[in-house]
Parts: sequence; structure tokens; C-alpha cells
Amino acid sequence: MLFRDRARFLGILMGVTLASLVMTQQGSIFVGIMYRASSLIIDIPSADIWVMDPKVRYIEDQKPLQSTKLPIVRGVSGIEWAMPLYKGQIKARLDNGLVQNCVMLGVDDSTLVGAPGELALGSAGDLRSADAVLVDEVAASGRLAKPPSVPGGRPTPLAIGDILELNDHRAIVVGIARMTRSFQNQPTIITTMSRATTMAPPERRNLSYILVKAKSGIDPKQLSRDIAAQTGLAAYTASEFQWMTVDYFLRYTGIPINFGLSVALGFLVGTVITGFMFYNFTLDNLRYFATFKAMGATDGHLMRMILVQSVMVAVLGYGVGVGLTGLFGLSTQNAAIAFYLTWQLLAVAACAIVSICMMAAMLSLRRVITLEPGVVFKG
Amino acid sequence: MSTNTIETRTSTGLAVVCSGVTKSYGTGQAVVRALRGVDLTVPEGELLMLVGPSGCGKTTLISVIAGVLDRDAGECTVFGKDFSKLSASERVRFRGRTIGFVFQAFNLIPTLTITENISVPLLLQGVSRREAMDRARATLERVGLGDRWRDSSSKLSGGQQQRVAICRAIVHNPRLIVCDEPTSALDHATGERVMELLRETAAGPGKSLVVVTHDNRIFKYADRIAHMDDGHVTTIEQNTKSIDSTRSSS
Repeated sequence: MLFRDRARFLGILMGVTLASLVMTQQGSIFVGIMYRASSLIIDIPSADIWVMDPKVRYIEDQKPLQSTKLPIVRGVSGIEWAMPLYKGQIKARLDNGLVQNCVMLGVDDSTLVGAPGELALGSAGDLRSADAVLVDEVAASGRLAKPPSVPGGRPTPLAIGDILELNDHRAIVVGIARMTRSFQNQPTIITTMSRATTMAPPERRNLSYILVKAKSGIDPKQLSRDIAAQTGLAAYTASEFQWMTVDYFLRYTGIPINFGLSVALGFLVGTVITGFMFYNFTLDNLRYFATFKAMGATDGHLMRMILVQSVMVAVLGYGVGVGLTGLFGLSTQNAAIAFYLTWQLLAVAACAIVSICMMAAMLSLRRVITLEPGVVFKG
Repeated sequence: MSTNTIETRTSTGLAVVCSGVTKSYGTGQAVVRALRGVDLTVPEGELLMLVGPSGCGKTTLISVIAGVLDRDAGECTVFGKDFSKLSASERVRFRGRTIGFVFQAFNLIPTLTITENISVPLLLQGVSRREAMDRARATLERVGLGDRWRDSSSKLSGGQQQRVAICRAIVHNPRLIVCDEPTSALDHATGERVMELLRETAAGPGKSLVVVTHDNRIFKYADRIAHMDDGHVTTIEQNTKSIDSTRSSS
């Protein structure tokens, strides 16, 4: 009945689609932002464990350690290797005179552990040459790009051999790295630990994190506990540190509330539109439901009829909504918008859509089940 | 027309037997006593018309007979079954198999095709979709609308819609058909055709029709006419001018 009542069907479908779209799209952006919050951890997959000051709450909250802590950590049994990582801020002066704040990463001089694994141009090994730096791909063609050669033209992306001025130090671009965009979306410059500490503003301590690889067969979780117990430092597996970072953003920023409100609004609007239109459809067709009852339809028949229509609307609306979210994700793949659609998000949205449609169906069912077939003779 | 008592009529069996049926709506001072002890018998094979002024209880009576409304007191059986003694599911099943309905406003589902509308009673009884559609189309042929089987009911004229409604009422071969003002929304000629069709397709040995009507132009199709007033059946007349009587006498 519903499907051939095109206006009403499209109205209900739009309600469900809107709810599905808003919930998955806003949810994906939220997950994307949370993903980016821990982008550095994701970009250094070789480290099983991150060792840091016990007061560190999330990845951006680095409290540098004394350099003497590195050999102490290396002394814990079960460690394959332990390498230093510097993370700080540095100002880059651009050719047009503007100053751009950048994130500077310093990796171990000899092993280059922590350097990006995937480069668009150049080689991480070239970091061993004088004044060498790697620049992240997005920044190289964006904020750190060279000004257009003609007014109104397009900026020229940084290329190998280009010179950067970092905190009054000369740096040569030897590679363009493919990295996960960060939460702050600042350009990232990678160099060796010794060069980073030379270029960056002086600090008393420069050891932001110690990256640890567990020996084969050693449980990283247990090893992190051993490191913490033996050194007095905090040590977390990469996954634990990632969740700590996400947890910090969830607790101490307004991000979840803002996105939660959007998702709740999507749910609410979907529920109201769908519920109202579905119920209205039922009310308008009560005479026909009564006719069905008079002709021998049981409550079970009517229940199935309404539930099937409701489930079909849920499936179609969910599919269209998720499809639109997917298109949105594809169209923003290389844009600054954080977007990460996970199966968990799809499952939660599916449950929400099913509950919206079930609520709408229940509302209608109640009216239909209690309907007296006798009304069929009323004019 | 001559007044006859029910007992004088010879029949092979009784389709409907109502005795002392009462029905009230509302409570307290707002109570409306729609039926005040109705006695009525409809033999099998008869077309009975229920006539009377608005609000006299005609529609309430056919609702009770059809089992879509519970009576307050009295006895009422349809082919020997008392709806009040059946469980809810038995009642629905019995009603679905035994009774066909024709409504004043047709009550065809506008979003379904004609054939789908007609097949509804069969589908509700568990007949397969294919068989139900075949039987619906065959029934549609009988009323001269075979070429319109794919159309939506909303594309039909009033007379055509009532013909489709009759098809829906007879497709599952019910033994009793109740009609509520089947011709009131139709012009005279169309109303005549609809009644002829009802007589041809729905009446016959072992089948009965109860027709509520105000339309005295169709009285000639009745075997008997029961007059109602103020919740009672006041008189029941044998219709000597029935077209069947006319045919048999000529």
C-alpha cells in the first residue's frame, strides 16, 4: 500500500535517508577527527610501545624527558630497540614573507626510526645529508608551497632541492612524505633528532618520546608494564596511547558534544518525520485496514503488512543515506575535511534507522490492532 | 407486496438467525440503543433487503450479522455459528471464508490494481499469489471488466468500482454477502446494473444476500424486504414484485 502512495512513500524515505545521512556523515567526520588526533601514532607503526613522562595525557601534551632516560629504557629486558623521538614547533618563513607554524619531528639519526614509511618523492635515507628535511605532501602543495610566479596563478608545490628557512636555519627538502593529516592540520617537517634540536627553539630537554619495539614473542602490553615499573616512566602500547588521546579529546573538548548534537538531531528529525508520516499514512488508510480486518485479516497479517513496509523503508532509506555519505567521503578524499567511515558506525546507524522505523511502525500498529472492523460500515 | 411470517417460508436451511439482538453505543445518559431486540431470519438462497430511516439500526444489524461488531444480548448465528462463541482467530477465519462485503464507498484500495484488490480475500486465506490473481482475473471477466485488470481502481467510474467491489466480495465464493447501500453512490441505470450483477453472481442455492438500502428503485431485486424502525424489525414483506417472481410467473 505504502509503496504505491508515491508522495507519502518518498516523504518517509526522505526522512529515513536524511537521518541515515546525517548520522553517518557527521559520525564519520567525528571519527575522522578522532583518527587524526592520533595521526602521529598511526604514522609510526614500527613502534609497539610509546614511553613518556607520566604526566602526559595525550599525543600533543608532550613533556620532554631527560636524555638519560633513553639508556635506562634500553636496559629493560624484552626490548628489541628503543629510539628517541622529538616533537616540537618551529616557524617556517615562506618566500612571500609570511611565517607558518609547523610541527617538527626529529627521528633517530642513525636508524631513522620514526621517519615516514611512504614518500611521494625522494627517500628517507637522504635525511642523512646536510640540512635535509622531509615535508608532508599536503603542506608541500599547500601551506608551504611557493608563491605563484604570476599574480593570480597557482602556488608551486615544494620539490626536492627546494630551500626552506626554519627558525633562521637553512633546510633542504630531500623528500615529500605521505602522512596522515593531523588534528591541527599544521605542516609537518621531519628531520634527524640532532638537526631538529638544533633548528628548533632551545629547550632544556628534547626527548619527547621513546619509541620501543618489543622482541619477537614478547607481549607489548606486558613489556609496557615492565618498562613503567622499572623506569618510573609511563609506557603504553600504540593502541593504548591512541585511545588515551581519543579519550582526552572526548573528555576535555567540545567536539563530541557538537557532533553528538548533530547526530542526535539527525536521529530526532528522522524519527519525527518518519513517525509522523507513517502514522499519518496509517490514519488515512484506517478505512482500508478495517476493510482488511472485515475480510478476514488477522492482527498477524496487519502486523506483517506494516512491519514489512517499515523494514523496506528502513533498508532503502539507510542504503540511500549511506550511499550519499559514501559519495561525500569520496568527494572529500583529498580535502581538509576529516572523514573516516567505519563498519561500527554503519552498524550503529543501521540500528538507529531500524529503531526509528520500528518506532514509527509500533505507533501505527497500536492504532491498527485496536481498530474495530465495524468502522468499515461507517461512511 | 404481502406480509409474510418467517415460518411460512420453505427453505433448505437458514443462513442467518437473529433473536432478541440488542446493541447500544455509549454509556450513561449518552447511551444510544441502536438495536432493541431484533428478530430476523434469512434463509439460504434469499436476497433480503433491510430498509428504514437513517439511524434505525440497519447498519448496526448487518455489522452484528457479519461479526464485525459484538452484540450486547440476544442470539445471532450465521450458518449455525455464533460469532460470540468463537475465539478471535476462529471468528476472523470464519468471517473471511463465509462472508463477502460490498460497501457504499466501495473501499477499494486505491494504491492497488483492480486484480490485486479482488485477490485480497484469497490471499488472506493463504491462497498462493498466482492462483489468487488468476481467480481474480476470472471473476473480473464475469463482470465485463476483464480488459481493465491492470488498471488502478482509482481510474474506474463509480459503477465500475462497485462491480470490482462485487468481484472482491464473491471471489472466494462466500455463502453470505452483506451489502451496505451498494447503489447509493451510483446513478439509476448503474445501480440497476450493479443489482442485476449481484443477483446473477452472488445469489443462488446455498447463498444469501443481505442488502441495506434506502434506494426503493432496487426493491424489485429483493426476495423479502425487512423494514426497520427505532432498533426493531417492524415488518417483513415477501416481495411479490421481485424480478425473479416476475420471471417465474411469466
